[in-house]
Amino acid sequence: MASGGGTTIDAPSSTPPPLSPVGVDAAVRISGVRKTYGDVVAVDNLSLAVDAGEFFTLLGPSGSGKTTTLRVIAGFEPADCGSVELHGVDVTRSPPFQRPVNTVFQDYALFPHMSVIDNVAYGLRVRGVGKRQRHAQAAEALKMVRLPDIGQRRPLQLSGGQRQRVALARALVNRPRVLLLDEPLGALDLKLRQEMQLELKAIQRELSERITFLYVTHDQDEALTMSDRIAVFCDGRIEQVGTPGEVYEHPANEFVAGFVGTSNVIKRDGRTYTVRPEKIRMLGHGESDAAAMEGTVREVAYLGPVTRYVVELDGAETLVVLRQNIDTSAMQASEQRGRRVRLAWRAEDARLLETKEQEAGNT
Amino acid sequence: MTAALAAGRAARMRVSAALFRRPWMRAVLLLSGPGAWFFLIYLAALVVLFISALWSVEPFTGKLVHHWTLDNFKALVNVSTYRTIALRTIAIAAAVTVTDVVLAVPFALFAVRIAPQRLRAVLFVAVLIPLWSSYLVRVYVWRLILSKDGVLNWVLEKVGLGAVNVGYSNWAVWIVFSYIWLPFMILPVWAAIERVPDSFIEASADLGARGWRTFRSVLLPLILPGIAAGSIFTFSLTLGDFITPTLVGGAGSDFIGNVVYDNVGIANNIPFAAAFATVPLAVMAVYLLLVRRLGAFEAL
Repeated sequence: MASGGGTTIDAPSSTPPPLSPVGVDAAVRISGVRKTYGDVVAVDNLSLAVDAGEFFTLLGPSGSGKTTTLRVIAGFEPADCGSVELHGVDVTRSPPFQRPVNTVFQDYALFPHMSVIDNVAYGLRVRGVGKRQRHAQAAEALKMVRLPDIGQRRPLQLSGGQRQRVALARALVNRPRVLLLDEPLGALDLKLRQEMQLELKAIQRELSERITFLYVTHDQDEALTMSDRIAVFCDGRIEQVGTPGEVYEHPANEFVAGFVGTSNVIKRDGRTYTVRPEKIRMLGHGESDAAAMEGTVREVAYLGPVTRYVVELDGAETLVVLRQNIDTSAMQASEQRGRRVRLAWRAEDARLLETKEQEAGNT
Repeated sequence: MTAALAAGRAARMRVSAALFRRPWMRAVLLLSGPGAWFFLIYLAALVVLFISALWSVEPFTGKLVHHWTLDNFKALVNVSTYRTIALRTIAIAAAVTVTDVVLAVPFALFAVRIAPQRLRAVLFVAVLIPLWSSYLVRVYVWRLILSKDGVLNWVLEKVGLGAVNVGYSNWAVWIVFSYIWLPFMILPVWAAIERVPDSFIEASADLGARGWRTFRSVLLPLILPGIAAGSIFTFSLTLGDFITPTLVGGAGSDFIGNVVYDNVGIANNIPFAAAFATVPLAVMAVYLLLVRRLGAFEAL
């Protein structure tokens, strides 16, 4: 075994190549990628550019092509056509082991027959880094994910959250140019997931000069929490790319409006608008608004900090209204069921949507 | 009538409830059948084997002498013929095992990880088909293939390579055993490879490992229990066989089983046969300990 003893020579490849100037090359550039499985089109003529140092999220429902896109970038799946560039280098035909990317898998894919430290050091061992140095670097990576003392344990002895961190350390220790994360928090419970979201974001901020994060999730909260930019996927295509604020406040179409957050769709004069539930006010006694609409409260769901009301407008749509429980108790909230209410919102909070037909007409 | 039915149902309900409350009772019920078989037939036979190995036979009358003696085992160690036969048996069993590992692992890898679904089903059936026909028939077919003017030499002559003389030799024994026990290696290895998630292989490649490195460092350690299970079949089945050496072997191809057979049937020396039969048992015990040392059972 090449790792035995102290005689091995450390390969120079353990230091990353210098970064190209910002703006010259995208960290990831996908052009016209198409991928089919038999009759199923997983990804259709997809193009995407991710800037260096970004936390970029591919968001979409299952089967929308986001994981396939990630696997094409990692090199696990060859694209039927199109190209993949990493920092200006065409890697479309390169095998995974020649691409400067590392992946955090959904099931973590930790090797059960190796200790944690050997798992983390695996990428370095493969590249011929000597035992002492690779163990030092692996210990450093474990410290970074705040698991300094578990190196000798086996993956099966760890909790889900710990395994997730080890998988992250195993990828980061190789200093990839792009880190690919495939729903890495999907198996964790809610509390732990929210904790890890913030931690991941902190790690990314620390490393953003060297590493671009490309994150796949179906969880819109997760996407909004962590991302610099989000690409919303549907049926193998990208519906919209933008910052969390842009995607949430200016959804490009009905799908994006419905998938990223809850949204009320209102049709008036042949146009489609969307209003977020938290932008709708329930008018109190004496308050008046020229554009107010009357309706009946059909459902009340008390959620702790907020209450969700489902209001059926007279002769029109049913809207979801979200209201902070500033001076409303659970009892008071539930008493609203069946009551008559008046709803109003600011004109600029009703967003005009392009419908699919209009979109098709525009292009 | 209906009252009797209801009473019967209530009684059955009580029994079921009692079983539900006492898991050990369920275990006893499940294991009593197999346990009885195991102790009365399997273990008892082994004990009788060990005891009779310590007896001897009256040379003239052929009657069993029920005196404790180690003479049978002394003969095994001291008589060079028996030593040679034991070593030959073990060596060929080991060679067969290695051969089957070398054939089974790439085959199963192809079948599980590369072959499309339909081809995989065809390959699976192809592995099993030989097991549908009689062992004897298959060994006799190999006699036809390997004999001096058999199919093998006919093909070699046609190709222009010249005939080889492997029929009725240890080579033939090795080839036929390797063929006959191959399915018993392929099946556990196949199952072991199926149990390795794709993501492990992808993760290894993702971390920079080429195919060979992934095979050595990730796949092989994970399928070792399967290889060990298969090797227990191929090794022990070869150790205990006497038909194949008889049919395709030559003058110097006797196995332990042949000596056992001769001593039971012709020489009527059952104690000596029993003593020699303990040799494969001891070898298997040592082999299992070795395999365990290698860590092959850790993943079980």
